[in-house]
Amino acid sequence: MPIKKDNSITADTFLDGIWKENPVFVMLLGMCPVLAVTNSVSNALAMGLATTFVLLCSSGLISLLRHLIPKEVRIATYIVIIATFVTITDYVIQAVSLELYNALGAFIQLIVVNCMILGRAEAYASKHHLLKTIVNSLGMGLGFTFALLCLGSVRELLGNGSLLGYAIFGDSFQPWVVMVLPPGGFIVLGAWLLLFNWLKERKINNTQHSSNTFVKNKGVV
Amino acid sequence: MPVDSISFIFLNAFLINNFVLAMFLGLCPFLGVSGKLNTAWSMGLATSLVMLISSLSAYFINELLVYFQIEFLRLICYIAVIASAVQLVEMSMKKFSPLLFKALGIFLPLITTNCAILGLALFQTNKNYDLAQSLAYSTGAGAGFILAIMLMAGLREKLELANIPNTSQGAAISLMLAGILSLIFMGFAGLGG
Repeated sequence: MPIKKDNSITADTFLDGIWKENPVFVMLLGMCPVLAVTNSVSNALAMGLATTFVLLCSSGLISLLRHLIPKEVRIATYIVIIATFVTITDYVIQAVSLELYNALGAFIQLIVVNCMILGRAEAYASKHHLLKTIVNSLGMGLGFTFALLCLGSVRELLGNGSLLGYAIFGDSFQPWVVMVLPPGGFIVLGAWLLLFNWLKERKINNTQHSSNTFVKNKGVV
Repeated sequence: MPVDSISFIFLNAFLINNFVLAMFLGLCPFLGVSGKLNTAWSMGLATSLVMLISSLSAYFINELLVYFQIEFLRLICYIAVIASAVQLVEMSMKKFSPLLFKALGIFLPLITTNCAILGLALFQTNKNYDLAQSLAYSTGAGAGFILAIMLMAGLREKLELANIPNTSQGAAISLMLAGILSLIFMGFAGLGG
């Protein structure tokens, strides 16, 4: 059935990924790297940018090839394309900064199994033309990076008393070590989700409240 | 216990460095399928089966890759093997227990993108484990995954009855729970010595 395609690129194509459909906070995709490498801001930033690069390249290529890939083997094809770009990223990071490579460990290679990338390929890149896909992937990638930074900054600040390696608090600061350890990852992400839930709930209550008063006023009139 | 003994490798993957709670691998099924004890149990079983198959195949593939000096193809080969192993488990499950197949739904094919499995294959390669050690590592990781997901499912079944504020329902409270579980598992770190 021919469905009328919406080919126009709007600001929402880009902004959806950053806020409304944020892959981490709203869709809960790609959680493993989100929790594992966010014990410092620099790790979080590197991981976010690496993922954005892979997402951008793979969904661009998939979008270009979308009419050539047979439907039956599409998932396998997507995975191979993604794995290729991840291998490139892996070797580039290893060449540029060995220190960073050791800090991120196997999690660079594990970008292959980040559900967000495969999800984007399946749900977006295979259905839209190149330019729109690229704009959307860029938004999604930046949204992912933003989420990683949110977690990384809180965890580094509380667990280490520093941001990007610079000490923020004085010498008397007693680091809250558990925040850089695994439990801290779960708890900080849980806290961020709580905050977003609370904001959402407040917004819904406000709109309900205002519409109620609107109805009331109308009744009076 | 020496660090490279079979029993230590098993214990290490099972408790000390639990794949889910200490290394953050395989979180999607851990949070997604831990609503009920039954489904959690079968998901854990399916995942550890795939872990065992793919870890064995990864071991032999790595031998081949090293022999031909084409290690840069490692990632692509591993993921292809894992995808086929998942397909195998899916097909056999569809034949032997269709009910279970329905219960697991979308999460069954998604085992392919479970980082615990690819992570296991990559870690055992990085650590240069031989065949017996790889076997111990993968069974330990599988058992650890089952343990974690069962604990979580049990807690969440209890949570259904609890009266928690609306705001914290869903993923937020699950993550908090996982954090507490992870704190408990940190206690096992002492076993490493």
